[in-house]
Amino acid sequence: MARLNINGKTIDVQVEPDTPLLWVIREQVGLTGTKYGCGVAQCGACSVHLNGEVVRSCGIPVSVVKPGDRIVTIEGLSPNNSHPVQKAWAEVDVPQCGYCQSGQIMAAAALLRKKPRPTDADIDEAMTNICRCGTYQRIRAAVHLAAGNKSAAAAIEEQFQIKA
Amino acid sequence: MRTTTSGVAPNLSRRKFILSSAAAGGGLAIGFSLPFGPASSRAQAPLAADPEVNAWVVIKPDDTVVVRIARTEMGQGTVTGLAQLVAEELECDWKKVTYEMITPGQNLSRKRVWGDMATGGSRGIRGSQDYVRRGGAAARMMLLQAAADEWKVPVGELTVSDSVIRHAGSNRSTTYGKVAAAAAKLTPPDAKTIKLKDPKSWKIAGKPVKRLDTAPKLNGSKVYAIDLKLPGMLNAAVKQCEVFGGKLVSFDESKIAKMPGVRRAVKVNDQTVAVVADTWWHAKKALDALPVVWDEGPNGNVTSAMIADHLKTGLTSSDAFADINVGDALKAIAAAPKKVEAVYSTPFLSHATLEPMNCTAKITGDRAEAWVPTQNGEQALAALSETSGIPLAQCEVYKMDPGGGFGRRVTIPDYVRMSVNIAKQFPGVPVKMVWSREEDQMHGFYRPISQCRMQAGIDENGNLQALHLRVSGQSINAFSNPGAIKDGKDRRQLQGLWPEPGDAQIGYTVPNLQTEYAMRNTHVPVGPWRGVNTNQNGVYLECFMDECAKAAGKDPLEFRRALMKNHPKHLGVLNAVAEAAGWGKPLPKGVYRGIAQHMGYASYSAAVAEVSVNPKGELKIHRMVVATDCGHYVNPDQIAAQVDGAVAMGLSAMLYNEITINKGRVVETNFDSYRILQLKEMPKVQSVLAPTYDFWGGVGEPTICVISPAVMNAIFAATGKPVRSLPLKNMKVV
Repeated sequence: MARLNINGKTIDVQVEPDTPLLWVIREQVGLTGTKYGCGVAQCGACSVHLNGEVVRSCGIPVSVVKPGDRIVTIEGLSPNNSHPVQKAWAEVDVPQCGYCQSGQIMAAAALLRKKPRPTDADIDEAMTNICRCGTYQRIRAAVHLAAGNKSAAAAIEEQFQIKA
Repeated sequence: MRTTTSGVAPNLSRRKFILSSAAAGGGLAIGFSLPFGPASSRAQAPLAADPEVNAWVVIKPDDTVVVRIARTEMGQGTVTGLAQLVAEELECDWKKVTYEMITPGQNLSRKRVWGDMATGGSRGIRGSQDYVRRGGAAARMMLLQAAADEWKVPVGELTVSDSVIRHAGSNRSTTYGKVAAAAAKLTPPDAKTIKLKDPKSWKIAGKPVKRLDTAPKLNGSKVYAIDLKLPGMLNAAVKQCEVFGGKLVSFDESKIAKMPGVRRAVKVNDQTVAVVADTWWHAKKALDALPVVWDEGPNGNVTSAMIADHLKTGLTSSDAFADINVGDALKAIAAAPKKVEAVYSTPFLSHATLEPMNCTAKITGDRAEAWVPTQNGEQALAALSETSGIPLAQCEVYKMDPGGGFGRRVTIPDYVRMSVNIAKQFPGVPVKMVWSREEDQMHGFYRPISQCRMQAGIDENGNLQALHLRVSGQSINAFSNPGAIKDGKDRRQLQGLWPEPGDAQIGYTVPNLQTEYAMRNTHVPVGPWRGVNTNQNGVYLECFMDECAKAAGKDPLEFRRALMKNHPKHLGVLNAVAEAAGWGKPLPKGVYRGIAQHMGYASYSAAVAEVSVNPKGELKIHRMVVATDCGHYVNPDQIAAQVDGAVAMGLSAMLYNEITINKGRVVETNFDSYRILQLKEMPKVQSVLAPTYDFWGGVGEPTICVISPAVMNAIFAATGKPVRSLPLKNMKVV
């Protein structure tokens, strides 16, 4: 048994202690926005916030999560796509297939909490999740946009506007 | 539901109907009472019941337009592009456009009114554009006719824009939503009376409108197949024999029977075992603990070195066939004052879609259903019927938007068959089968491995007089579609080097030219991988062009231009990229350029890379400028997104990716050993659209083949050493 605080709700789950947090979130709690990509903390599709820090939930046994720990998944980031990162992602039309984007958005939200005006180098360091569709250029632009750095976002968007 | 086919149906007689006739049976009628699960777990909503003006267009009383989509959306933006094309001809208010995906069963039951659902070969837009535009135009004509009938005025006196119909003479107006029910009862117009707009006059198509499918990708609410939840559902983890071609001998279910949540271990097929449990994690843990005996068969000792030796024999063997044989290339090379020769190689690659292979199936009595992340819905439906033994008319596939496709989910529905084989053993129970990342990496249909021997003869003036190209490597068709190989000649492996115009033509005229292919198959399964064989052939031809240019003492761009007078579209896109990149203009110290062009999927692509290599041999790619001529274009913002994607996937492949074989099986089983490009490594990408408005080309695949050679040529310029073997991680750059 484990007691978890997920998206502000306390939830008791019946699981073996070595069950990765990812699979508790997906299969016991039923929140499927957090994705399985690799199972070895390489791709970041399973990124959630644990006490405000972005973590890769596939590599965290549920037994290490304490009842007082606050877990936030993509479903808990905002009630209606209103988090600045979600709004910027929509504005820049970042997603292609979308499968990695829950994790990308959670990583970006954690970055902006620590560094409200990140530099390109900050973004390079923080945004290490894999996007197989290759949306990286738009992710960079959207992070700048979410940070209110419109000129940096525009400079990147200028690159991917097709010149007919 | 009525059938409205006239005027909007694609010409089916010229299409190969992929469903086997035995499976299709005689009557194709199927009920529309689709037994979906509860709303929260629904694969797809039932088709909109509001007035269906025709198969493509439903208009609700509030003027909402629902455009029906048959092709798969896996991120490439096809849904939005197709909706733009329909809306353009419909003259509706784009702000009120939504879409719904049709199912393969619905398509079959309506005699394939929505045409081919398969989504590969960059055909999503170019293969559908004519009939979807006709669908939009026919619906517009019917809506106008309905208003004219109501007002008793000639239809020619009506005008329409943004879903509002007006009659100036009587100062009346109405909206599509108000006349849709009446329009739906009308006879569709004769196909000959439908006139499509000139693309240059488009107002919705051709514009960078936002995607229609973004919002649920931002909050976790989008349900991918791997996320499906159905009442009573069980979960399956699978393991196939690690050695390709090996067999499952036995497994000891008793050893895992008491593990948490386990229901059963079951044989899936001759080479696969599954554990079925309450949750996937329980299934996976038990599978890892399950004792299994395998017969690895004759391939258990195969290594990449053995495969490389096998391919090497094809570089000089006498069994190759020549696709192009103009003049006498070998004789002209022998006589040339300057000779250039090089051997290149490219590895097997996996698709590594971020959503691993998975499928949910439910077999209940005489009905079979499957929830499939597929690029090929009708093929999945056929696989469901064939594997379950249930007639096609009693089967349905709910297509789920895949988390990446790249060709993995289009040719062979292996994962559908496996899922159905598991579900058959749990009648009435939905079973979701999910592959682990390791399973996905070890059991793909890989981009075929090949080597290429290039020889050239250059005259006193530095002109390319003779070129001989010999590809030796594995054949996709030999693995999955042997019927496509005529007289032992598999032209597909020379894609991008074909002599004929239209799809993937070589862009150079060389007085003496021979292109050859020697088939060298292995035990490794192969299939189409974004860009397919244009990738390897683009590297071989375009890198060798730079080696020849250097030998000739010429600028790589000028050297190419001299050979391209008969290829104005190849040349046009090459010139466009050179101009946008400022080819020939000074660069910062230590930065070098490389250029490449190639053709695939009826589109022309060219790229310029700007790179530097530091004294430690570390490569930095500063910028890529990429030009595309896809003829007509539907959504430039999504074309830019596809260009970005091609750069990222192309650079991953060029820098890091290879599937190697040891002991007959794949070595790179996860992203720690199969490294995918990260954001910090992504260069700036500038997209240049160079449309010529006289054909319809693809977008998703054509670009990727020029990415690697442009960078490789820039490295050659920076270091003086040609790059001839990929991935780059295996070589010192300087």
